[in-house]
Amino acid sequence: MSLALETLAQSTVPTGEVVTFWILAPIALACALGMVLARNAVHSALFLVVTMLCLGVFYMVQAGPFLGFVQIIVYTGAIMMLFLFVLMLVGRDSAEAVIEVLRGQRIAAVVLGGGLAALLGTGAVRALRATTATGLEAANADGNVQAIAQLLFTRYVFAFEVTSALLITAAVGAMVLAHVTRPKAERVGQTARMLARFAPGGSPAPKPGPGVFATSNSIATPALLPDGTPAERSISAVVPTRDLTPEEAAPKGTQGNQEGQQ
Amino acid sequence: MSVSYYVVLAAALFTIGAVGVLIRRNAIVLFMCIELMLNAANLTLVTFSRINGTLDGQIMAFFVMVVAAAEVVVGLAIIMTIFRTRRSANVDEANLLKY
Amino acid sequence: MGSNVHFAAATGWLSTFWLLIAIPLASAAALLLLGRRADRWGHWLGVTSVAASFGLAVSYFFALRGVDERSAELRLFDFIDVGGLKVDIGLLLDPLSVVFVLLVTGVGALIHAYAVGYMAHDPGRRRFFAYFNLFVAAMLLLVLGNNYVMLYVGWEGVGLASYLLIAFWYAKPAAATAGKKAFLMNRVGDAGFVIAIFLMFATLGSVNFDDVSNGVGALATGTATVLGLLLLLGACGKSGQFPLQTWLPDAMEGPTPVSALIHAATMVTAGVYLIARSHPIFDAAPDAQTAVICVGAATLLIGAIIGCAKDDIKRILAYSTVSQIGYMFLAVGLGGVAYALGLIHLLAHGFFKAGLFLGAGSVMHSMNDQTDIRRFGGLWKPMKITWVTTGLGYLALIGIPPLSGFFTKEPIIGAAFDHAGWLGAVVGGAALLGAGLTAFYMTRLFVLTFHGPRRWTPDVGQPHESPPVMTVPLIALALGSLAAGALMMTSVVDWLTPVFGEHAESSEHWLITGATMAVTLTGVGLALVLFRKGTETEEQPAGILVTAARRNLYADAVNETIFEMPGKYLTRALVFLDNRGIDGLVNGLAAAVGGGSGRLRRLQTGYVRSYAMSILAGAVLVVVAMLAVTLG
Repeated sequence: MSLALETLAQSTVPTGEVVTFWILAPIALACALGMVLARNAVHSALFLVVTMLCLGVFYMVQAGPFLGFVQIIVYTGAIMMLFLFVLMLVGRDSAEAVIEVLRGQRIAAVVLGGGLAALLGTGAVRALRATTATGLEAANADGNVQAIAQLLFTRYVFAFEVTSALLITAAVGAMVLAHVTRPKAERVGQTARMLARFAPGGSPAPKPGPGVFATSNSIATPALLPDGTPAERSISAVVPTRDLTPEEAAPKGTQGNQEGQQ
Repeated sequence: MSVSYYVVLAAALFTIGAVGVLIRRNAIVLFMCIELMLNAANLTLVTFSRINGTLDGQIMAFFVMVVAAAEVVVGLAIIMTIFRTRRSANVDEANLLKY
Repeated sequence: MGSNVHFAAATGWLSTFWLLIAIPLASAAALLLLGRRADRWGHWLGVTSVAASFGLAVSYFFALRGVDERSAELRLFDFIDVGGLKVDIGLLLDPLSVVFVLLVTGVGALIHAYAVGYMAHDPGRRRFFAYFNLFVAAMLLLVLGNNYVMLYVGWEGVGLASYLLIAFWYAKPAAATAGKKAFLMNRVGDAGFVIAIFLMFATLGSVNFDDVSNGVGALATGTATVLGLLLLLGACGKSGQFPLQTWLPDAMEGPTPVSALIHAATMVTAGVYLIARSHPIFDAAPDAQTAVICVGAATLLIGAIIGCAKDDIKRILAYSTVSQIGYMFLAVGLGGVAYALGLIHLLAHGFFKAGLFLGAGSVMHSMNDQTDIRRFGGLWKPMKITWVTTGLGYLALIGIPPLSGFFTKEPIIGAAFDHAGWLGAVVGGAALLGAGLTAFYMTRLFVLTFHGPRRWTPDVGQPHESPPVMTVPLIALALGSLAAGALMMTSVVDWLTPVFGEHAESSEHWLITGATMAVTLTGVGLALVLFRKGTETEEQPAGILVTAARRNLYADAVNETIFEMPGKYLTRALVFLDNRGIDGLVNGLAAAVGGGSGRLRRLQTGYVRSYAMSILAGAVLVVVAMLAVTLG
């Protein structure tokens, strides 16, 4: 407590900012650690969101409201949602492989990381100890957004235009990467598809949806065929088959009277 | 407290991100760690901007965000492609390009 | 002797004279780019473009007469501008170049028209006309450039066109080899020329004609001599002079219009143009002038001697060209008033030699493309026009008055005798002897071809006169050699005065005229006596001199022994050294690197995260170093 008071007394920044810093900085650090350590990738993403929100607040506190809002809206709002989206598509096996294939990687990483942090920290502290911030009051006199716009469209206009090219390239690149082209020979036409469907072994009716007449309505639960066996083709190949626990497998009284009476 | 605390915080966040890149194996989490490193760098830029009293640092941070957005788009598309062919997002399994 | 040469800037109508070059060049580009689409009408485009250039040239000639300085310089745009070197794309029209332009476009247009008939049955006729137009454009650039670099560009352009046209029938090994030989021998000369340009820039700081002309007087005599000798080397290569004469006869493998235009009338005279254009340099270097005289005299004798022994109609004419250019070199080497003499001989020669070649082409056309004069004979009857026109060219060449050769060659012989000291007597005697030999071999050629018994091979059938498109140029050229002589002796010399300066008229030497006529008539008579009844149709054993002449005076053998054999052995030694020494070193090094890499590549595990680890380690090192430097 006395340490905190002392800090306040020596502070070169406003008291409100000091309080904000000491509240948010531990949260940001803890969430960053949590992101690295979380087993589940979705948890990692959510931890990262918190860290980024904290950083956004720091930007605002440091006279950068525009950047702060960009951080919150674009970064945490758009980019992190993109992450979650891809996670849902891809990284559903959230638990990583437990085996570390690279010998000594973890220890080396921690040692090197600690060394780096120590070096950067001492370097920064020694370099900035006697520094007092000029502050952005003069630069932001007409408002932060106006001042940034002024710079962006004068001195940095070329870089700004170049980033537009970069973004377009990125968009096109993503489309090219995500697009699957099949050779013409491999494409199956409507006629062939219909012939295969009505040929012996095919199924003329639509595929059954998952969870239909099953004991659970999860998309991971296969549909049941008339003879009671699970229909494997009713579930997506990406989604793993779930082993049902006994109480999940137990009848829930939703499947009609006969089954309830059995 | 002085503004150097922000820089120290940024150094810590950067290190955590770097260590995360080294020890995580899920490609998407790896990517998130890289984002964390970029954000730490942004924090220093904003702080330096304040120290110097000019807005150039904030402009730099802005450009870093734009580049990060582009990078995320392409990177995630690559991860999707890898996943489509290998059925896995584990970076250690994509190790064909070696001696 | 400091001269003060200044060229007036082109104004008015004269400022468009770049069109002279642009028209044939555009035509060549069109013919090459349009491809087969232009097959049907391409040859007429080629003829028209050169004829248009000729028409323009005539108009510029009259426009130039109205200009006081008698010169028009046109700087189109910068070509090279680095450091002290500044070269313009610049053109210069002065009396000297306008004479050449008229010759190139005039004779060129006639020969183009002739080629329409001559190449009528050749599938590559469009390609031929494209190259032909390219040649005309390059030749015009050569004579119209206002500095040595532009001249060199044109010089290489005509070299390229000459190569393409000699090797036009590239499927024929002899033609392909002849093209290659011409190209390589020209390279030797071009190397001399290009070093001369370097030397000009190094010593005079400029390559423009006016700057060089004005600055050369201040040079040391030694430098001027070296400059002159290097230019002479270049001129020898292009003009087929001793010791680089052997490519020119082989160049006759190309189509006959090519031989007529490029290897008789225009391109091979570029060397004479170069020396005439550089006359201030040669005026400042008497030793270089002597070298030119000696080269000219030696070449005219070599050409005439070999010409007497050959049996191939085009090769005889080729050696005759070598010999006649020797006369021109002799004249420009003598300097003073003889510059103009050399040039008028060049012009007259352009007419009658082109006519002779076209006549030879006409004969070949009707004789199944045979070239052996031992298998001709009696052709005057079926080919009246060719007979008369070739006869006029022949009489002009040997210098029978009042045809042009008499007015141009005889003064050169006179000027040679006028040269001071024993050298004058020697080269004068050589020129006189050359005139006699010329009369002999040309009479032999003419008599064996058109008179005497018929010795045709059975496959010839009935010879016939060529179509009008070929005979009309023949007639025009014959008229040129008939009428041009007197004209050239008077007005052309006056016309060239602004270029070469005023010179006192040389004394009348009727004695030498008489001697020349006597020697010429002796040669004619001897040939008539020997060949009036025809000749054997197979090669007969002969004495040492004739055998040597048949073997081109062993020039090819000398080249082979002196230049080719050491080169071959050197190459073999180098290959050995390369295989054993250098390759061993290189392979050993490669093996060492390869082995080391085999160990090192184990670092490439394929795991992205271990790469990232190395990057982080490197970053830590960098941070440590930075902190050590700034804080330590």
